[in-house]
Amino acid sequence: MTTEEKNINITLKVWRQKSPDVKGRLETIEARDISTDMSFLEMLDTINEGLIIQSKEPIEFDNDCREGICGMCGAVVDGIPHGPESAMTLCQLHMRKFKNEDIIFVEPWRARAFPIIKDLIVDRSALDKIIQSGGFVSIAAGGAPDANSIPISQDIAEKAMDAAACIGCGACVAACPNASAMLFVSAKISQLALLPQGKPEAAQRAWNMVNTMDDCGFGNCTNEKECEAVCPKKISIVNIARMNREFFKSGFASQVL
Amino acid sequence: MLDGKIPAGPLEQKWDTYRSTVKLVNPANKRKYNIIVVGTGLAGGAAAATLAELGYNVKNFCIQDSPRRAHSIAAQGGINAAKNYPNDGDSIWRLFHDTIKGGDYRSREANVYRLAQVSNNIIDQCVAQGVPFARDYGGLLANRSFGGAQVSRTFYARGQTGQQLLLGAYSSLSRQIGMGKVQMFPRRELVDLVVVDGRTRGVVVRNLVNGKLESHAGDAVILATGGYGNVFFLSTNAVSCNVGAAFNAYKKGAYFANPCYTQIHPTCIPVSGTHQSKLTLMSESLRNDGRVWVPKDPSDKRNPADIPESGRYYYLEEKYPSFGNLVPRDVASRNAKEVCDRGLGVSATRYAVYLDFSDAIKRDGKDAIAKKYGNLFDMYHNIMDDNPYDTPMMIYPATHYTMGGLWVDYELQTTIPGCFALGEANFSDHGANRLGASALMQGLADGYFVIPYTIAPFLAKNGNSDIKENHPAFKEAEKSADSYVKKLLSINGNQTAGEIHRKLGQIIWDYVGMARNNKGLKKAIEMIKDLKEQFWSSVTVPGSDRDFNFALQKAMRVADFLEFGELMAVDALHRQESCGGHLNEAFQTDEGEARRDDENYSHVAAWEYKGQENEPAFHKEPLVFENVELTQRSYK
Repeated sequence: MTTEEKNINITLKVWRQKSPDVKGRLETIEARDISTDMSFLEMLDTINEGLIIQSKEPIEFDNDCREGICGMCGAVVDGIPHGPESAMTLCQLHMRKFKNEDIIFVEPWRARAFPIIKDLIVDRSALDKIIQSGGFVSIAAGGAPDANSIPISQDIAEKAMDAAACIGCGACVAACPNASAMLFVSAKISQLALLPQGKPEAAQRAWNMVNTMDDCGFGNCTNEKECEAVCPKKISIVNIARMNREFFKSGFASQVL
Repeated sequence: MLDGKIPAGPLEQKWDTYRSTVKLVNPANKRKYNIIVVGTGLAGGAAAATLAELGYNVKNFCIQDSPRRAHSIAAQGGINAAKNYPNDGDSIWRLFHDTIKGGDYRSREANVYRLAQVSNNIIDQCVAQGVPFARDYGGLLANRSFGGAQVSRTFYARGQTGQQLLLGAYSSLSRQIGMGKVQMFPRRELVDLVVVDGRTRGVVVRNLVNGKLESHAGDAVILATGGYGNVFFLSTNAVSCNVGAAFNAYKKGAYFANPCYTQIHPTCIPVSGTHQSKLTLMSESLRNDGRVWVPKDPSDKRNPADIPESGRYYYLEEKYPSFGNLVPRDVASRNAKEVCDRGLGVSATRYAVYLDFSDAIKRDGKDAIAKKYGNLFDMYHNIMDDNPYDTPMMIYPATHYTMGGLWVDYELQTTIPGCFALGEANFSDHGANRLGASALMQGLADGYFVIPYTIAPFLAKNGNSDIKENHPAFKEAEKSADSYVKKLLSINGNQTAGEIHRKLGQIIWDYVGMARNNKGLKKAIEMIKDLKEQFWSSVTVPGSDRDFNFALQKAMRVADFLEFGELMAVDALHRQESCGGHLNEAFQTDEGEARRDDENYSHVAAWEYKGQENEPAFHKEPLVFENVELTQRSYK
């Protein structure tokens, strides 16, 4: 196939919003000759280069590593966070998944806890706040025992790694009808509760993180499972069950209350 | 002559002697010091967390919306340590020696030895933080052998070790933010380092959300702002990686060391078209099980699986029987270029080689291979639309890491008192080539275990800085940054910063890339000068300076790369030898390997800024080797 044959024309309906407190709207942008080898973000780059040359303001969107690991990118594409492909961040989505003449809707994450900064960029600092309230092991550099002093079964280590794979992109919040951050919070609580290093603080951690999550304005979980469906790292809702267990345990643990 | 301030005494005792005798800051006094850390990657995040744990007040800045996203996160393969858990003959000495040799004898013995010493503490620290490293069935930590090492000393967390280590550092950092010991400033970019009376006084940063310039005074500034690989336009670096902070420090008096040392990583997904915004690295751990080859006959257009063994040229295995596919990165990259230059390459562009897993899949089964590399195979499949379980991957080298950086002494202090540089932003540990799984080691070593000791004598000696944000120097820095931004917005030309960046990248790749020659380097210097003029007369930057404006950020970064690119070429031209990642075509052995000139170039080249119109001044730090014998590297 030659390059020409692989190019498509698409219509974007993209969210434009100048700043947090002004009203946004969908703008229609025609994009012609988009190579299907491009990633979704490269398609936006191409449109933006064209807008800049016409002295128009380009579409602002968050992104960085462009290899699916930093968690910075994300937009709701045709109603689905990170777009139609499963287990994939927006930067890894390729235009070969779209057809010529497709109309594509692109919107920012929408959640009360994620105010819009501009266009597709939202403020996700609430996720950092939750981690700051307990998503760590209280160990200062210098005092750690030998790394092999506590054996950890491969099965437990693998489960912890499954949970630790979360990239903190916030797609789970965007997908949830309640804008809940349960999948994100449970992944960190699970990782650290599974490992012996995290156990001493497990109760306090669950208590603090869940309460901070509520304070930040995230909704509750009603078992919609939308979060799991859109998670680019396939974080399982088993983690939410584990988090609930840890949270109830913390409720009974007198040292916390 | 530059003094690296290497402690006296035998190599094995230098760091212990330093730690035992260095001046300390009284625990009660630490809270009186304000330390600014720019960057939240492995080096910056670890430093900010650890200094706060010790009691210092820390202000930490990053470009991304969260400190968890620094580009260290993308490191895949692993982190080295001299634990010798596998009982296969490793030791601190061996890790030191491999790293010095791997760097082609262009790094400091004392720094590298210290790095090997603290490597073991890093693993202990990370496990204690809850980093889920891979484990054996018995529950102990698993190790693998990694590019250029004959022992298994690499610890890993699937194919996402950098992510897990960074999230470990981020968790420690978050704990300190929660406790109020670190003030975190995300979405900020350094625009000026403020130096008054020969001491670093703080920074001016640009708030990327509203464009406002903000001054922050401090008693010391730590730059952990990463490398300059994006000068090539196409690299494996993240989009926002840039040389701005380091280059600004250079303009303020910090010497820039060995800018010509860049690492071209051998296993990346090849370039496919002009729309491409970045190149994707495939972890070099793949070389443990993948075999690199090209068809012997350039006209052989058969499906790779249909080409019999007799028609395949396993060039690494044939040329380097003892290391085979695991030769160091510079050697692997150069050989890929060489076979492609001879017309033996594959893919539509003919600039790619095969990395073939069929033998490993036959030997260990598809499941075993999927368990080790599943995420990498998926990533490849998604980008290339081709399944590497059935067809060999196609790979080609791409810019990945930069060994050069701000010159620092043994204490990681630059030539500006009170300004320190950590991690990839400094030049100190990897010489002319970095071995796999050493970048994570160095970043965390600098952050967790070196800077907490080496910053103390500076503070103990100099005390608090008496200059605050209301000092005219800060106002002036803000004013000049403001007019710089306004100037960029006012040019209104007909080229985007992106287009000019692409042109610069092509010049650097063609003439300051994997193989260089004097003629090309001189040409590159002239071409970059022209391009710089083009930029300042014809760039167009839309929007306003008081708004989120990525195009403006991009233009500011490209402006820095244009000046920096010239410095790279100047340094490469100075170094009339070949070493590690720097290959000048005039200096090769009969076998086509880099030929060093130890008599004349066994030194660090450190450059001092002398103004826009002038050549930078050259300073030399001689490299003294008392413990290793300099040999021609051989991986045969």
